[in-house]
Amino acid sequence: MWRQVFALIVKELLAILRDPKSRMVLVGPPLLQLMVFGYAATFDLNHVPIAIYDQDQSAASRDLIARFTGSPTFRLVETLRSDHAVDALIDAREVQMVLVINQRFTQSLLTGKPAPVQLIVDGRNSNTALLVSGYANTILSEFALKWSADHGARPPPATLAVQSRFNPTLDSRWFIVPGIVALLTQVITLLVVGLSIARERETGTFDQLLVTPLRQIDILLGKGLPGLLIGTIEASVIIAATVWWFEVPLRGGLLPLYCGLFLFVMAVTGIGLMISALSLTQQQALLGAFLYMVPSIILSGFATPIANMPDWVQTLTLFNPMRYFLVIVRSVFLEGLGFTALASQFWPMALIGVVTLATAGWLFRRRAS
Amino acid sequence: MNGASLQRLRGLLRKEFLQILRDPSALAIAFLLPAVLLFIFGDGVSLDARNIPVAIVVQQPSTTSASFTSQFEQSPFFRPQRFLTIQEAEKAMDAHKVDAIIWLQSDFNRKAHSTGNAPIGVILNGVNANNARIIEGYVQQAWANWLAMEAQSAGRAPPLPIAVERQVRFNPAVSSRDYLVPGLIAVIMTLTGALLTALVIAREWERGTMEALMVTRVTMREILIAKLIPYFLLGMGGMAASVSMAVFLFDVPLRGSITVLIGVSSLFMLAALGMGLVISSFARNQFVAGQIAIITTFLPAFILSGFIFDISSMPQAVQVITHIVAARYFIAILQTLFLAGDVWSVILPNAAALALMAVIFLGIARAITRKRLD
Repeated sequence: MWRQVFALIVKELLAILRDPKSRMVLVGPPLLQLMVFGYAATFDLNHVPIAIYDQDQSAASRDLIARFTGSPTFRLVETLRSDHAVDALIDAREVQMVLVINQRFTQSLLTGKPAPVQLIVDGRNSNTALLVSGYANTILSEFALKWSADHGARPPPATLAVQSRFNPTLDSRWFIVPGIVALLTQVITLLVVGLSIARERETGTFDQLLVTPLRQIDILLGKGLPGLLIGTIEASVIIAATVWWFEVPLRGGLLPLYCGLFLFVMAVTGIGLMISALSLTQQQALLGAFLYMVPSIILSGFATPIANMPDWVQTLTLFNPMRYFLVIVRSVFLEGLGFTALASQFWPMALIGVVTLATAGWLFRRRAS
Repeated sequence: MNGASLQRLRGLLRKEFLQILRDPSALAIAFLLPAVLLFIFGDGVSLDARNIPVAIVVQQPSTTSASFTSQFEQSPFFRPQRFLTIQEAEKAMDAHKVDAIIWLQSDFNRKAHSTGNAPIGVILNGVNANNARIIEGYVQQAWANWLAMEAQSAGRAPPLPIAVERQVRFNPAVSSRDYLVPGLIAVIMTLTGALLTALVIAREWERGTMEALMVTRVTMREILIAKLIPYFLLGMGGMAASVSMAVFLFDVPLRGSITVLIGVSSLFMLAALGMGLVISSFARNQFVAGQIAIITTFLPAFILSGFIFDISSMPQAVQVITHIVAARYFIAILQTLFLAGDVWSVILPNAAALALMAVIFLGIARAITRKRLD
């Protein structure tokens, strides 16, 4: 029996890899995408273009400006002489923020009143707006504390001592690149298995397969294992690149990581086979794969946290295997967690895998009759 | 185009429309897909952290420490949980139960009233770096508020002698939904545009009906135009559905004019459909066309378009690559049209880029779709 299943697997692999276009699609883009996305997907801000309008023109205001121009976060592109240009600069997205130092800046500082400063931020990208004003506030607070200390004022009763665990410099690439492992693994696996049965059905070879002595479970194995194989191999390449190319620390063990990977690929294979078995044509299968893939990526916590979603959407994400695998990859990489801490992430994927594979098998039988 | 050609085109169009009406999947892609996706994502995609679970450890409670921690209890951003020891709080962080720890050590009160500069320990879980930064910003705000309040009640000069007035243009509430929903529309329309066309021509090749068309007097240009018109109309219908949902369901303001919106959407739709035509003419079978469509449309539109990740913060080389992603230009225009209005300095260059992409893709599609058998 194993020889027959093996033969079916070989046939499947040949069917996928023999077509040069299909081969190219499976090998080239994932690696290219890893490289491009690995660098593109970052929430960190560098060289944000800003303009400064200094109405005060004093030593204190110049000192404050130097703190902005000296920061790698900001890039001064315009020094304004009036507020006429402010709207045009912001509207055209030439600057993300305008810092206006009020003409009573020094005077207020010297008389012990709060010195007025205005931040005008482009809110079209709200995340950037939030981060930019956060960075600006840090610089302003530092300036204010230094100024107070230099002028003999009482130090503030308490100051913040911020440290961040697992990612001391808060490099968002450490969060995103392990996420890309999950992202690309899912896409590849779905591409391999999602269309496979629909294609055979459309060309009529699926009926031929059904009249062979192979049992349903054998066909299921023969259809599922190539996806599992290709998915795992490509994931390994991506994991290696994450460690050696992007230098994201791998603090946990490979065993929990690969256990998670195996369960994840199994669950995605099950979903892919189910979509494939439900569809009558390739177009439907493709549509099904898309309809599954897009929400499962956007609602996985890959880019936007699940905790920010409303409750009903959070409940929906419980059926999404990628949600669990993302936690596993990130926790194993950055926090070094092992099996016991991650148990709650493993079993839902296993459950999804078993249920979807069983359903796919049941659908084969129904479609056959 | 002469009379005979027009007549052939009319015949072809009739065939395409009939095909669309009989096979519900094209209608599903055009209307159902955008509506369902936008409905779920519009609600689900948010970068606004609210009710952040934060552990608070106060080793020696005092009025000073109470006034500081009350900042967290009153804030809509935090959901504070008390822990008696730092070890317990760290355990909760390891179990992903809290995202941050605020730690006031036993000498907090003494230092605050004598030397000042008493350290407030802020420990962040840095795994989600973006979230950690946002939390850090909120903690900083809470701290600055607290300093100002303390100074005021003691009748002292403010310890941070600076008054920051923040003005967030176009989105005063800094709601991420207002900026993500226009981007989502562009991502979803990229999908529908490419999907609609990627499959239809590949299907004609695969089923051999393309060869049947070849032996008629129909020209390749007529075939392409006949494919383009119905799917263009379908795509624009989906676009209209998405925009209405954004405005009426998600309350995103639409400050620009509808005419401009229709104009740029048409340009974008032509570029997206053109890309689909190129894919399907190149692949010639639905399997490969589908694979290419999945890889070249969704992920680039998601990651390289400025939808979530800021393009200007990407490395130079990657920024260059983003120029071949049509969604990039569409998103720039949509975000501006929705939130800011008709800002021509943003709309014109991006619309020109979209027009150029449409011309290039349709040109390539025309060039590689020939009456030729391999």
